[in-house]
Amino acid sequence: MYTSTMFASILPEISILVLAMLILVVEPFWKKEKRRNVGWLTAGGLVIAMIVSIAFGQPDEPTATLGGMIRFDWLGFFFKMLFMFAGAATALLFMDNEKIGHRGEAYLMLLASLLGMNLMAASADLIMLYLAIETTSIPLYILSGFLLGDDKSTEAGFKYLLFGALTSTFMLYGFSLVFGFAGTSNIYQLADLFKSGALPLVTIMGTLALILVGLGFKVSFVPFHFWAPDVYEGAPTAVSGFLSTASKAAGFAVLVRLFFVAFPDYGSSWTFALAIIAAVTMTVGNLLTLPQTNIKRLLAYSSVAHAGYTLIGVVALTQLGAASVIFYLAAYIVTNLLAFGIAIAFSRITGLDDIRDYAGLSRRSPMLGLMMLAAFLSLAGMPPFAGFVAKVVVFAAGVQAGYTWLVVVGIINSVIGAYYYLNVLKYVYLYRLPNEDEEAHPIPLTRPYAIALVVLAIGVILIGTVFAPWFNWSDAGAMNLF
Amino acid sequence: MNFPVLGIITFTPFVAALIILMIPAQRKNEARAVALASAVFALVLSAWVYFSYDQAAGGYQFLEQYNWLPALGITLFFGVDGMSTPLVLLTGVVMFTGVLISWGDDNPHVNAGIQDRPREFFAFLFLLAGGVFGVFVSLDLFMLFFFYEIAVFPMYLLIAIWGWVKTREYAAMKLTLYLFLGSVISLVGGLAMVWVQYNNTGTLSFNMLVMETAGFSQTFQNIWFLPVFLGFATLGGIWPFHNWSPDGHVAAPTAVSMFHAGVLMKLGAFAALRVGIMLLPQGAETWKWLIMGFAGVAVVYGAYIAFVQMDFKYMVGFSSVSHMGLVVLGFSTLNREGLLGAGLQMFSHGVMTALFFAVVGMIYDRAHTRQIPELGGMAKAMPFAAMGFIIGGLVSMGMPLFSGFVAEFPIFMGVWREQWLVAVVSSISIVITAAYIMRNIRQVFFADMPSSLEGHITDVTVLDKIAISTLCLFMVLIGIFPNFMVPMIETGVDNVLRLLGGS
Repeated sequence: MYTSTMFASILPEISILVLAMLILVVEPFWKKEKRRNVGWLTAGGLVIAMIVSIAFGQPDEPTATLGGMIRFDWLGFFFKMLFMFAGAATALLFMDNEKIGHRGEAYLMLLASLLGMNLMAASADLIMLYLAIETTSIPLYILSGFLLGDDKSTEAGFKYLLFGALTSTFMLYGFSLVFGFAGTSNIYQLADLFKSGALPLVTIMGTLALILVGLGFKVSFVPFHFWAPDVYEGAPTAVSGFLSTASKAAGFAVLVRLFFVAFPDYGSSWTFALAIIAAVTMTVGNLLTLPQTNIKRLLAYSSVAHAGYTLIGVVALTQLGAASVIFYLAAYIVTNLLAFGIAIAFSRITGLDDIRDYAGLSRRSPMLGLMMLAAFLSLAGMPPFAGFVAKVVVFAAGVQAGYTWLVVVGIINSVIGAYYYLNVLKYVYLYRLPNEDEEAHPIPLTRPYAIALVVLAIGVILIGTVFAPWFNWSDAGAMNLF
Repeated sequence: MNFPVLGIITFTPFVAALIILMIPAQRKNEARAVALASAVFALVLSAWVYFSYDQAAGGYQFLEQYNWLPALGITLFFGVDGMSTPLVLLTGVVMFTGVLISWGDDNPHVNAGIQDRPREFFAFLFLLAGGVFGVFVSLDLFMLFFFYEIAVFPMYLLIAIWGWVKTREYAAMKLTLYLFLGSVISLVGGLAMVWVQYNNTGTLSFNMLVMETAGFSQTFQNIWFLPVFLGFATLGGIWPFHNWSPDGHVAAPTAVSMFHAGVLMKLGAFAALRVGIMLLPQGAETWKWLIMGFAGVAVVYGAYIAFVQMDFKYMVGFSSVSHMGLVVLGFSTLNREGLLGAGLQMFSHGVMTALFFAVVGMIYDRAHTRQIPELGGMAKAMPFAAMGFIIGGLVSMGMPLFSGFVAEFPIFMGVWREQWLVAVVSSISIVITAAYIMRNIRQVFFADMPSSLEGHITDVTVLDKIAISTLCLFMVLIGIFPNFMVPMIETGVDNVLRLLGGS
C-alpha cells in the first residue's frame, strides 16, 4: 500500500512540514530578542531539507503517486529545489527587519506558501493543483499585508487578496468545466482524452482561456499585471522579492506542465494567442518601467517584462522551449532575489527606496555596488551573468520554433531594458551624495544579509559562466514533458 | 594537448580584474602595478603567439577545445588564423599602452591619468580587454557573442564614470544601446544559422568551422547577411550607424578612447568578417555593392566631417569613422587585395588611432581645452608627444614608409578591380585627410603658444613616452618592413577566400 516511492515523492514537502512544526513548537519558548534566530532555523532547515531530498528523494522514471495526485519527476523536483533555495534566501533576508524578522509567524507563512509551491510543481490533478495554488496564495496575502499600521502594506495585502480571489474563481470555473466535459480531473488522463478528439475545440479553448486567467495572475502577464507594482511596493521588500521570483516561477511550473502535457495537440490554436500575449507583456512591462523612480516599482514592472521573455519558451512548445523556460526561471530567481536583497540591505540602513537615493552607493559600499552591478547587468541580459545565457537560450528556442518575429520583439525590448537597468547603475556609480562625504556613510551588512547576498551573487556568476549543469537539469525536467 | 596559450591570454585580464578588485581602495599604486604586470604578461604572450604562428601552414592554429554545453553543441573553442593573430597582438599593445597612459601624474598642475578610483577603472578596463581577446580567438559562435557582449557593457561604466563631464552620460548610454542593439540583431541571425544547419545536417553545433560547411541556401544567405553584417559593423562604425562613435570617443577617458577606437572598432569589423562574410559568403556576394556604397560614404563623409571639426578629439573621432570605412571597403571587395589591405588597415589604424587619442589626452590634461584654435606651440612644450602625433599623422595620410600606405594601397587596388568609380571617389578622402592633419599639426604644435597657456604646459611623463614609442615603433616597422605583417595576413586572406570560392 505505502511504498518508498510514495514517500520519496513528497519528501521535500514532509521536510518543510516538519520544519514548520518545529518552529511552531520552539518559537514561543525563545525570548523576544532572540526570536530573530528563527530565521537561521528556517534557512538552515531548508538547506538541510534540500540536502535530504537530493540524497533520498531523487526521481528516476516519471511515476504517478498518491492516487495519481502527484507526479514524481525531474520537472517537479528541479522546481522544488529552486523554490526551497529561494525560500532559504528569503528567510535570511527577513531576519534583520524588526517588523517581520522578529516574529515567528512570518517564517511559518513563508514555509506554508513554500509547501504550496512545491505541490504546484508536482500536481498531476486539477483538484490537487487548485488546493496547492490556494495554499501558496493565502500565506502570501497575509505576508504582503504583514506590516500592521502601514497603509501601503495593508493596501498591498488587500489588493493582492482581491485580485487573487477573483482570478482564482475564474480558474476554478475553468477546472470545473473541464471536469464536467471530460469526467476526469487528472491532467495525464485529460491529455489522452484530448488526443482522442472526443471534445469540441471551442470547449477546450474556452476552458483554456479561463485557466489562463488564473495562471496569468500568478505569473503576472498583461493584462493581469495590475496588482504587481502596488503589491511589490507596499509589501515588505523581502516578501516582494519572494513574490516576484518563487511565486512567479511556481505559476510557470504549472503553466508548463498543463500546456505541454494536456494541450500540445491544440498547439496551433493557442500558441499564437500566447505569442501575442508574450509580445504585449514584454512591451507593456518595459514601457511602464521606463518612468519609474522607485526601485521596488521598477523591479515590479521589469518582472512583468521578464514574464514576457519567459513566455517565448512556452510558445515554442518544444523540448528546448521547456528547458529554456526552466533555465530562465532559475537564472531569474537568483538574479532578482539578489536585486531585492540589495534593496533590502540598502533601505535597512537608509530607510529609502527611490532610485536617486542610490547615488554614491559604490563609494559608500564598493561590495554592494559590485553586487548591484552583477544583478542589474544580469537582468539586462549581459554576460558573464546568468541573464545572458538565459536570454540566448529562450531566444534560441523561439527561433527554432519559427517565431523569429517574437524574438525580434524580444531583442528590441531587451534593449529598452538595458536602458533603464543601466540608468540605475548610473546612480550607483556616477552620482554622488550631495555635499557629503560618502565614506562617512557606509552601508554595513549584517551577517544574514552578507551570507544571502554573497551566495546569490556567486550564483549569478556561476549560472552565467558554468552553465552546463544548470541547463542539463533544466533539460532533464523538460524531457519529462514529452 | 599543447600549452593553452590563447585561453591564458583571454583569461589573464579577467583574473587580473578580480585581483585588482580585492586590493583595498586606498592602495592606488598597487592596483596600477597589478594592472601593468598583467598587461605586460598578456602582451608577451600575444607577441609569442604572433611570432610562433606558422605562416607556411596557415589556417587555424593554437586550437583549444573544451566542451562547455554539449547539449546545445557549445564548446569553448579557441584558435587564431592570419586575420586574427595581428589583432591579438594589437590588443596586447593597446592594453599595455593604455595602462601606461592611465597611470597618472602626481604633478598637481597636471590632472593626467586616472586619479579617482583607479581600482574600479582598471578592473572594468580589463573586463573589456578580456572580452576583446575572447572575440578575436573564439571559433565558437556562442562564445563569440558571449565575449562580444562582455566587451560592450564595461564601456558604459568606463565612459559614464571617468568620462568627460559634459557629455558622458548621454554618450555612454547612446553607445551602449547602439552596440547592444547591433549585437542582439546579429545574435538572432546567428541563432537562425545554427538551426538551419541543424535542419540541414542534423548536428547541433555552434562551432564556426562546422558552420562553414553547413551549405546555407542562397535565399537564406541573402536574407540574413545584412542583419548579421550590419549588426556587427555597427561597432565597426559603418555609415549610417556610426553616430555613436565620435560621441563615445570624445566622452571617454583617454585610455578608453584608445581601447575603443584602437581595438573595439576592429572587434566589430572582425566579427562582421568572421560571422557575416565567412559564414554567409554568397550573401556577401549579393550585397557587396550595398556594403561598398556604405563604406564609400563613410570614408569620404567621415573625412569631411573631421575636416570641419574645431574640437581636437572630435576630429580624431571622425577620422576613425573614415579609416574604419576603408576597412569595410576592403571587405566589400571580397578579393585578395582588398581583404589584405583591410587586414593591414585594422592593425595600422589600431595603433595609429590609439596614438592619436593618447596625444590628444595628454594635451587636454595640460591645456584643459581641446578647441584647436585655442591651442598652439605644443611642439616646444612636449616635443615627444608632438613627434608621435606627426608620425601618426603621416600614417593617417597614407605616406609611403609608414604603415598607412602599406594598408591603404592594396585596398584601393582591390576596389579598383571591382568598381573603379568607388575607388576614385573614396580616394578624395586622402586629400581631405592630408588637409586636416597638416592644418592641425601646424596650429596645435607649431603655431605660437597662446599666452593663457604659457607656463602651464609641462612635458609628458616617462611612462607616456614609453607608450608613444611603442605605438610608433609598429607604424614605422610595418611601413619600412611590410613583410613583418603582410605574409601573416595573406594566410588569413587565403582562409577567407577558400570560402568565397576562388577569385
